[in-house]
Amino acid sequence: MPKQEEVKYTKTHEWILAQGQEATVGLSDHAQHEMGDIVFVELPKSAQKVEKEKPCAVVESVKSAFDIYAPVSGQISALNEEVTKDPALINQSPMDKAWLFKIQLSDTDQIKDLMDWTAYQEFIKQAAH
Amino acid sequence: MTTAATVRKTVLNETMSKAGGKMVDFHGWELPIQFEGILKEHAAVRNSAGIFDVSHMGQVFVTGPDSFKLLQKTNANDLRKATVGKGVYSHLLNENGGLVDDIIAFCLALNRYLVIVNATTSTKDFNWLSAKAAKMNVTVENKSDAYSMVAVQGPNVPKMMEIFAPEAVKLPRFGIVEKKLFGADCFISRTGYTGEDGFEITAPHAVIINIWNKMMELGKPYNIVPCGLGARDTLRLESGYLLYGQDVDDDHTTYESNYGWVVAMDKGDFTAKDILLKQKAEGLRRKLTGLTLTAGGVPRPGCKVFKGGKELGQLASATYSPTLKKGIGVGYMSDPNLKPGEPLEVEIHGKRVPATAAKVPFHKGTAFTFKL
Repeated sequence: MPKQEEVKYTKTHEWILAQGQEATVGLSDHAQHEMGDIVFVELPKSAQKVEKEKPCAVVESVKSAFDIYAPVSGQISALNEEVTKDPALINQSPMDKAWLFKIQLSDTDQIKDLMDWTAYQEFIKQAAH
Repeated sequence: MTTAATVRKTVLNETMSKAGGKMVDFHGWELPIQFEGILKEHAAVRNSAGIFDVSHMGQVFVTGPDSFKLLQKTNANDLRKATVGKGVYSHLLNENGGLVDDIIAFCLALNRYLVIVNATTSTKDFNWLSAKAAKMNVTVENKSDAYSMVAVQGPNVPKMMEIFAPEAVKLPRFGIVEKKLFGADCFISRTGYTGEDGFEITAPHAVIINIWNKMMELGKPYNIVPCGLGARDTLRLESGYLLYGQDVDDDHTTYESNYGWVVAMDKGDFTAKDILLKQKAEGLRRKLTGLTLTAGGVPRPGCKVFKGGKELGQLASATYSPTLKKGIGVGYMSDPNLKPGEPLEVEIHGKRVPATAAKVPFHKGTAFTFKL
């Protein structure tokens, strides 16, 4: 399980952890908390090509729908079917059991542009005002 | 957009915030959307007990020799059903058969009625009734600003109220009793917007916090939880209850809203009776129809509905049903003869998701199976 401090964040509240050419993507703890009870997840298609900052999945809570944007460009290399079966996993374990998908990176440098934990905390604080 | 300065707060506002309520602006009222979570709150009401601050709701008192006459004339339902100590759910009709509001009219005593109205429509209703009362010997008073209201809902609620308000526990469905609570004159009715058994307590502002705290204390053995607008909406939609301004309004009639049972054609004359008769004879061009998704996804208000590729209308209210664990919704469909089970499609995020027309209510809680 990655620690919140070890991963990078987007302004659209995804977290991403790169390990070599592959990165794991999930929804931040802050975002799941804001959304409330999550009841439906639609993941990208297997082997789908995704583009940085373009929507590629949908997460729905009782009250609202939330687009998931690809934090980086690449190709989907794995999908977590467990969250499709049990969307509440995202509320229970957003950083671990409820990772959403993995991307085979087309450009590992794209990760560097994203926020670290401190910057993301600051971003959330700013957005609240 | 309502500006922060005009957002109204209920007397229970601070109590809600302290209890963890996530406050939002709901049509000009600051109310909690949820506390710990909509699913938990929904389940608490379906299985045991939940409590809601519904102080935004309005109270219009109608008194005097012509009070029955005024209400009988302006309502679709028959006020004779509201005998002393009883209420009747009804539609307040405009001249076109559209809804000024949906209300509950309680007969407190001979020539004395309490009409519970929606928050956003209380002034409109008061003006409407006042205008209709012009030549009658009746007094119409809008006391919405003087009262707060809590709804205590769930199958275990009567048990928790047994010692505190035994006369309330003896009430039939839609019964009402006046009772002094913490020294103030209050009303307890066996009504609600959740589909479960329970009570709504209308009380002067001064005692509402006491009442809330008392309910929390009495409900402790039943794990009562404070509930927000989110759970209120999923509970009422599963029960097929209308939301004024979303499912019905001035432009939709009682028949179109599929609430024909509210229209008492045999009671004599009432506003727009001729229009409703004509609509009944000619048939409807649109009707509020229920549907359930047969695949994953969450339908939302505004989603388009299709049958065999042809657009029939859009959803007025829609959500994930925590009880049925699937998407549900109601919307005005241009085919008024859809039968439960007929295949439909709902457009969600640009994709057509399979659904079937469904019977409303989607779920019948203890309010529907009520027996004294």
